[in-house]
This record gives sequence, C-alpha cells and structure tokens, in this order.
Amino acid sequence: MTRYLVRRAALLAGTLVLASVVLFLLLRLLPGDPANALLSVGATPDQVAAARHQIGTDRPLPAQFAHWIGQLATLHFGTSFVSSLPVGPEIVSRLSVTVPLTLAAFVLAVLVAVPVGFLAAHRSHTWYGALAGVVSQLGIAVPAFWLGLILVWVFALRLRALPAGGFPPDGWATPGDAVRALILPVVTVALVMSASLIRYVRSATLDVLGSDHLRTARALGSSFLGAMWRHGVRNASVPVVSVLGIELATTFLGAVVIESVFALPGLGSMLVRGIAQHDYPVIQGVLFVSTFAVLVVGFLSDVAQRLIDPRLRTSFGRRR
Amino acid sequence: MRRRVFLIVGAVLVVLVLAIALVSLFWTPYPAADTTGGRLDGPSLHHLLGTDKLGRDLLTRLMIGARIALAVGAGAVALGAVVGGVAGLLAGFASRWVDDALAALLDILIAFPTLLLAMLVVAARGASLGSAIVAIGLAMSAIVARLTRILVKRVLAMDYVTAARTSGVSWPRIVTAHVLPNIWPTLAVNLALQFGLAVLAEASLSYLGLGPPPPNASWGRLLQEAQSTVLTAPVGAIAPGVLLVVLVVGVNLVADGLRDVADPTRRRQR
Repeated sequence: MTRYLVRRAALLAGTLVLASVVLFLLLRLLPGDPANALLSVGATPDQVAAARHQIGTDRPLPAQFAHWIGQLATLHFGTSFVSSLPVGPEIVSRLSVTVPLTLAAFVLAVLVAVPVGFLAAHRSHTWYGALAGVVSQLGIAVPAFWLGLILVWVFALRLRALPAGGFPPDGWATPGDAVRALILPVVTVALVMSASLIRYVRSATLDVLGSDHLRTARALGSSFLGAMWRHGVRNASVPVVSVLGIELATTFLGAVVIESVFALPGLGSMLVRGIAQHDYPVIQGVLFVSTFAVLVVGFLSDVAQRLIDPRLRTSFGRRR
Repeated sequence: MRRRVFLIVGAVLVVLVLAIALVSLFWTPYPAADTTGGRLDGPSLHHLLGTDKLGRDLLTRLMIGARIALAVGAGAVALGAVVGGVAGLLAGFASRWVDDALAALLDILIAFPTLLLAMLVVAARGASLGSAIVAIGLAMSAIVARLTRILVKRVLAMDYVTAARTSGVSWPRIVTAHVLPNIWPTLAVNLALQFGLAVLAEASLSYLGLGPPPPNASWGRLLQEAQSTVLTAPVGAIAPGVLLVVLVVGVNLVADGLRDVADPTRRRQR
C-alpha cells in the first residue's frame, strides 16, 4: 500500500506538471491579443508594444512558460491585467464560496442518493422503487440552472423564505446570512448531482443483489441486512466511490452556471469574467487551482477504492 | 418488455421535438423578429403561450429553439464522433509510450467539464451557432476518444485478433473487420447519451450569454431572459425548460433502449 501511495503520488505530480503545460499552451492558442485588455481603442503601436512588454507577451514562449512555472512554484499567480490586483488572494476569497457550496451539495447528494438508489434497486417491483427510477431518469435531463430558476421562483420570490441570490459583502463574517445565501444553490446542485448518483448506486446494488456470494450468505442463514452489510456494501461501494470522485470534481467546476443563477462571487464567475476580458493571469490561475483540486480528488478516490477493495491492492497495474 | 416501452416513449418524445423543429423551418406563428405583441402578455388566442418582454411571440421562439437544440446536438455529436473516434483508434493502436501520453492528456481534458472547454472555445471564436457546435463537439471528442481507446484495446487483446494478425491480415482490414463491428454498438449508445449532454451544454452556454445570438435564440437564452420576469410571466421561464427536459429524456430513453438491443446480456438483468 505504501508503495502504491508513493507511485500514485508521483503520477499525481507528473499529471499536474503536464496539466500546467497544457493549460499554458491552450491559452496561448486562443486568438486575440491580451495586451488589448490594457488599452483603449485607437492605441498607438508604441502603446501596444509597451503594454505587451508590461505583461510579458513580447518575450518568447519558453521564457513566458518558465516565468509562469516559476510563479506557480512559489504559489503566485501574477496580477490581473484588468484590475492590477494579485490573482492569488482573489482566488482564495472566492474559494470560500465555491468550496462550501460544492462540499455541502456533495454531502447532501450522497445522503439522498444512497438510500434512494438502494431502494430503487431492492424494491424495484414496488411503486416507490419504480418512482425513484423514473425521478432519477428525469433528474439527469434537468438543466441545473433551470432547476435553480424554478427554486428561486418558488422559495425566494413567492414564499419569500430565502434570498434569491447574492452573497453578504463581508462573506463569512456574517455566518447566518452566508448560510442562507447558500441554501438554494446547495439544494439545486445536490438535486442535480443526486439524480445521476442514484443511477450508479442503483446499478451497483443490482449487481450485488444478483451476486452468488450474497445468495450463498443468505442460504447459510445470514439475515438480509447482515449479508448486505458483510458482503454487499463493500462490493457495491467500489464503483460508486469512483463515480463520486468524478461527480465531486464536475460539481466543483460545474458551479460556474449555478453561481451565475444565484449571483454568487465564486470561482466560476471569476473564470467567466476572466474569459470575457481575455485576462490571462485570472484564467490561468483559476484553471490551475481547479485542475489541482480535480486531480487531488481523483487521487483520493483511487486510494479510497484500494482501501475498500483489497483485490485492487495486489498489483499497481494499469489503471482501468 | 418494459425496456421496449421506454424505447418507444423515448422515440415519441424525440420525434415530437424533431417535428416542432421541422415545422419551424416552414411556418411559425409570427416572424422571428416580430415585436408587435404586447409586453409580457399571458397566453391568449393570438399568442398561445404569451409574449416576452419585447413583445415577441413565445411559441415562435420556442419552435426556433427546438431547431437550434437539435442542430447543436447533431453537429456536436458528429464532430465529437469523428475527431474522438479517430483519436481513440490511433491511441488504441499506438505504441505504449504514445498511448500513455495520450491517455494522460485525455484524462486532463476530461477533468474539465464540457462546459468549461466550450467556454474557452467560445471566448476565442465569439458567440455563434457554429462556435457552440465546435466548442461542444471538441469537448465531447475527448470523452469519445477515451471510450474508443478502451474499447479498441479490449478488442485488440482478443485471441481472434492475434490469430488474424499471425495469419497476415493487414491493420486496416483488422480495423474494419474486427474492431469497428465490435465497438460501434457501445459507441452508438454513448453518442446518444452525449447528444443529450450536448443539448444541455448548449442551453447552459446560451444561459451564460455565450450561445447563438438573437433572434435565433436557443432555449437556454429564453430562460435567461425570462429569469428576471418570472413573477409576472412564469410561462416564459417554464416552457423552454420543459421542452429541454422532454428532448433530453427522450434521447436518454432511446439510448437505454438501444443499449439493450446492442447488448443482449443486459436484457435478463431487469
């Protein structure tokens, strides 16, 4: 296991370096001169050259790349072309919205999806088992922003129970307001996420319920719940954990749209702004932090799978 | 049997949206840019679903939106299938080193949701119908490539492929005779699911204001415009979403049904 951890961590580091190269190149391939972000219409060629020099895009690509990697190594993300403020602190402050949103939605989605998915498989012949299947089939087709819009209409505008959007300007200094601002977004994301999770839990449960070893355990006199606990849960959780990792990562980045429905100052809206303004340091910083989070989640999910399933531990092997 | 019902229901839902889109090519209640209706009128005989805040007929805009949703879905899937399929095939056949590098690259690309990659492409090309298709199609091709690569590798490990190779069959022949027939059913089901995801991605892009510009607005944009007036004109905020769900549920049901047709081993499970 230790050997696996070391190798998997090395792979994580390697992927991260590769990701930073891809991110760097991806953004340089975008047309449009980032220097324009600094200039007004009708700037003279001298001013353009000066702007390029100021942000460093007049230097050769390898030099720009070395500069960027150097910044990353010291955890600096440069300063925004547009606001001239350092990118790092803004990312940190926006993470204080996006991370609680993602994690709370994730926990809520798991709490909903695991029992519902189990029922959908175990009680598929009853009306509520079938209903769970139908609801999740509908749920994966519902765009998150539309669900958010409907929830705002009902709970914020008609019932006036919760704020329709925004986040307290002083953030978590007023915890009550911050939590209230996040309730509707969290519920929206959690519902959308649980719809697809239910399908995975359901199919993993079906596989386990149909397995020979569970039948044998029952035949040997074990109670259903006892057999399920001893032989079912662990087997069913391996595929579910691998999906959980992907879902968590997707939600973290998919928060972009939800943040704009609810006008939340999160990482997603920072990225949308950065893209609209060709603000390279902002785009690079946000994407790098997001990639880092996604890769770390993948790492944790792989390790968790190995802890759950001893068969995976016997050889490092090729993934998949 | 129950699955057969799902397949039929799915096909009916998809054909319904397809019919709306086809009709919109020849006839809509009002011209797309017509603003003669009242502002935010409720449903009436003149405007079956009411009007938006500029006095445009909502039914007309919904019908045009169906066209756009289908165009983006079909275009993106076609692009994703060609680019992703070819890349996946090449990776599947490539030497171990090249394959590892490609696999790692695909993992990174897939780490970003379709929507983020699409946003980057739209930022570069400007918002238009073509951009949306290219953006979503390219993002999708990474997913298709990864699936194709895994499927190809599985087929290439089979004994009959080894047998074919040792008896001197050429690589192109192996691809057409052994690889493609074995991988296409799984691939087709996945592409059907991707169609639904592409429609949702386009709606999200349009909601963020990065989709096709008006008057040929998609359902996502209609929802974005209706958000501020949801209290006075709720139909505008509900109808486009309902159509989106109808189309995507329909496509998903068809994909599920196809999976059972393509893979008989799954039939007895449920």
